[in-house]
Amino acid sequence: MTESTNSQRAAPPGENGAAPVNTPEGPVLEAPLTPPNPPNEKKVVRVGDRIFRTMATASGAFVVALIAAIGLFLLIRAIPALHANEANFLLSGRWETGDPEHLAFGIVDLAWITVASSVFALVLAMPVAAGIALFLTQYAPRVLARPFAYVVDLLAAVPSVIYGLWGALVLAPVLKPVAVWLNTNLGWIPIFGDGNVPADSGSNVFTAGIVLAVMILPIITGVAREVFARTPSAQIEGALALGATKWEVVRTTVWPFGRSGFVGGSMLGLGRALGETVALTVILSYTYEGPHYSIFDAGATFASRIALGSAEFNDNLTVGAYIAAGLVLFVSTFAVNALARWIESSSGRGKE
Amino acid sequence: MRTDTADIERPARTPAFQPLSLGRKVRNHAATTLFALAFVVAVIPLLWVLVTLVRRGLVPMLNADWWTHSFYGLLPNDFGGGIYHALVGTLEQTLVCALIAVPLGVSVGIFLIEYGRNSRLAKTTTFMVDILSGLPSIVAGLFIYALWITTFGFDRSGFAVSLSLVLLMLPVVVRVTETMLMIVPDELREASYALGVPKWKTIVKVVLPTSLSGILTGIILGLARVMGETAPLLILVGYSRAINFNLFDGPMASLPLTVYTARKTSTEAGEYRMWGAALTLVLLIMLINLIATLLSKLFAVKTK
Amino acid sequence: MAKRLDIENLNLYYNKFHAVQDVSLQVHARSVTAFIGPSGCGKSTVLRSLNRMHEVVPGSRVEGRVLLDGENIYAPGVDPVQVRRTIGMVFQKANPFPTMSIRDNVVAGLKLAGEKNKRKLDEITERSLRGANLWEEVKDRLNKPGGGLSGGQQQRLCIARAIAVQPDVLLMDEPCSALDPISTLAIEDLIAELKKDYTIVIVTHNMQQAARVSDQTAFFNVAGVGQPGKLVEIGETGKIFSNPSQKATEDYISGRFG
Ligand SMILES: Nc1ncnc2c1ncn2[C@@H]1O[C@H](COP(=O)(O)OP(=O)(O)OP(=O)(O)O)[C@@H](O)[C@H]1O
Ligand SMILES: [Mg+2]
Repeated sequence: MTESTNSQRAAPPGENGAAPVNTPEGPVLEAPLTPPNPPNEKKVVRVGDRIFRTMATASGAFVVALIAAIGLFLLIRAIPALHANEANFLLSGRWETGDPEHLAFGIVDLAWITVASSVFALVLAMPVAAGIALFLTQYAPRVLARPFAYVVDLLAAVPSVIYGLWGALVLAPVLKPVAVWLNTNLGWIPIFGDGNVPADSGSNVFTAGIVLAVMILPIITGVAREVFARTPSAQIEGALALGATKWEVVRTTVWPFGRSGFVGGSMLGLGRALGETVALTVILSYTYEGPHYSIFDAGATFASRIALGSAEFNDNLTVGAYIAAGLVLFVSTFAVNALARWIESSSGRGKE
Repeated sequence: MRTDTADIERPARTPAFQPLSLGRKVRNHAATTLFALAFVVAVIPLLWVLVTLVRRGLVPMLNADWWTHSFYGLLPNDFGGGIYHALVGTLEQTLVCALIAVPLGVSVGIFLIEYGRNSRLAKTTTFMVDILSGLPSIVAGLFIYALWITTFGFDRSGFAVSLSLVLLMLPVVVRVTETMLMIVPDELREASYALGVPKWKTIVKVVLPTSLSGILTGIILGLARVMGETAPLLILVGYSRAINFNLFDGPMASLPLTVYTARKTSTEAGEYRMWGAALTLVLLIMLINLIATLLSKLFAVKTK
Repeated sequence: MAKRLDIENLNLYYNKFHAVQDVSLQVHARSVTAFIGPSGCGKSTVLRSLNRMHEVVPGSRVEGRVLLDGENIYAPGVDPVQVRRTIGMVFQKANPFPTMSIRDNVVAGLKLAGEKNKRKLDEITERSLRGANLWEEVKDRLNKPGGGLSGGQQQRLCIARAIAVQPDVLLMDEPCSALDPISTLAIEDLIAELKKDYTIVIVTHNMQQAARVSDQTAFFNVAGVGQPGKLVEIGETGKIFSNPSQKATEDYISGRFG
């Protein structure tokens, strides 16, 4: 078609007027005389449209401003307290904020408990989430996959205060023997060594991490399910056609395809774990003794430290100390989430 | 258990029609079992939590006073009292939160899909919504504290809580609006334009009604999510054992705050109240989830 | 009612892509003009530029003039919304509003423009549905959703919706391409009737259809992918089909390419 068109199309535009059947010749001949349209410079826009567009755009801009405002306000309120701080904010483990005249606060211990419990949770949750997502997308029968997925999502509907109660009052006693056994038999590995509270206390990073793992499970699973389900069926069928077993199909097509999306989802889970507040406030016991860098440590995370301090919120300098901790938390979750989105989006781009 | 590159390539070299070796069979079955087990591992804590709640929380709820009375005047060892004060607080706080977050969030969604489409601002907004959805609730509370209480000089109140909940609900509303608007086919918009309907009216009268069911469901699920938030409440409002209808003045209870506070009364009666409030909260959330499902059916686009 | 269109030196772009080059033609009032040509030659693009739907596509651009009874619809002060009210459009795929009943679909244009008078709306509903030959089939189920109709009925509902706002011109982009032969005939009959009151431009891939319904036919062609589409010739339908002046037209009509 293209060929024949080409050979014949060379002429027509000029001929159009020259060999008319019924064609009005006028416009063609007049062509050079007609000035081009003034391109839509003075476009008519209705009042309603202008208002609506402005409102929608303003609300979009508002969200951007909101995030900036969060960072800004936290910073403004934190600076006076940081100036008044008598301890090193980044390196000290002290948290003495009761007397606004003599503030001494540092985040190093908070950072340890936060990171330890979140990373422990991640280590537990990642393989389980990957397993669930593979099970739901590749193994479970179609009719069951949806209700099963719904069940996993229900985990996200339980409020964190209730996870806290369950963790502190129900799960911790059950975990005690496990914690003691780990501490006794694997205590030579530093991370399982003695913490700053007895291993059988239950109110330590060990319990907190397990509860956190349950809480972030639905987040990671959700993302992983989505990416695994997007594996091109041609790839799967190709592997099956080579006589691969189901496991080999998963390992050679589904997993490599979804891996980076899964990692992105795990980062989202990590972000959630870093900021989790009430469950950890309820579970972790507070102790003045510094951490021993073991998962049997107790103490406070950034978030739970702030929650615990809420009773002290009566002086702007004192509050400023907590806000400084909050700012660190905000920045770290911002970074983790941004990283997660970046991993997810770049994995999508690579596959297209 | 994870793969390395050599493994990835292996089956490609395996000739077809070879009888399965024992090792491959075993590995295949082991993998299947492991994945199914992972699912079971997730179900255990869910059931465990729910069973615990029902076992410990059901008795207080069966008392008729539970739904009509507050904890006002209860001594640490008194059984009885009710959750009415907390229900009032939770409902008021989340409702006001929704009143702010829903129009704002829907508007942002409209911007992203109907107006922004690939503009620089739209991309930045999408990114910021992502960040907002990962915002720890305690940071949302701190921000409102720094803004509303420290800077503007207001007192702690239920309204401050509502404001912080807006931050947490907003990304949910934006996301669901965005997704739902995206699946409205362009043909409908064009059909409307071709009738001489301005764009804004097309959005309000054609596009939004078409996606109403989905947006509504998402909003209600978002409500259920913020309803269980506790962290900002600790900073932004005092707990009250009495009924307080005023969102703008004085301490105000809510279900999560009641659960959290009741834990500090370490008596049997205190535990009784705590589990009662906890079960009430979860039931409320489940009820709202149910309503969301029903509404989505009710407002779904009909063809018959 | 029923105005004529003069298209003068129309050039249409999608971003940088020059989709249609230098189209000039006249559409007579109270007649049917058919656009034919191979896929991708820009028929839809030209059609959509006639009621300023082309500019809905982000990045699109229009050069040239389209005169509706002598008035340029692209003149600076002209409101595109107003243009679309005067020049209606029916799409390839029937697209009734899924949330609205049959009645509301028909009067959607009026209702959304603020018309509230119930009697008037009912009157127009009946008149438009009769005009679209759909009244007998749906008069008992006016309050049912429009999405519940058959494909052919939906397309006639869309025609009813388009004529309910009483446009001067009706543009149709392959209105029958998704329909069975019976529904197609129903719509062709409808077009024959509508042309008493309306100026109609129809894009079609069906030669017989063009021959059956149209008074004049315009043949568009495109040299290849990435090239702009052009108008090859336009003339009285009988003449184009029996004795076209361009070889390309003859080849296309006799099925030798495309
Ligand atoms: N929204 C768009 N964005 C970019 N290019 C477009 C768009 N719509 C159409 N085009 C291009 O413009 C050219 C003309 O398209 P148009 O849809 O007008 O063709 P057509 O003659 O109607 O074809 P068909 O018979 O298949 O409907 C094609 O090359 C097409 O790829
Ligand atoms: Mg077309």
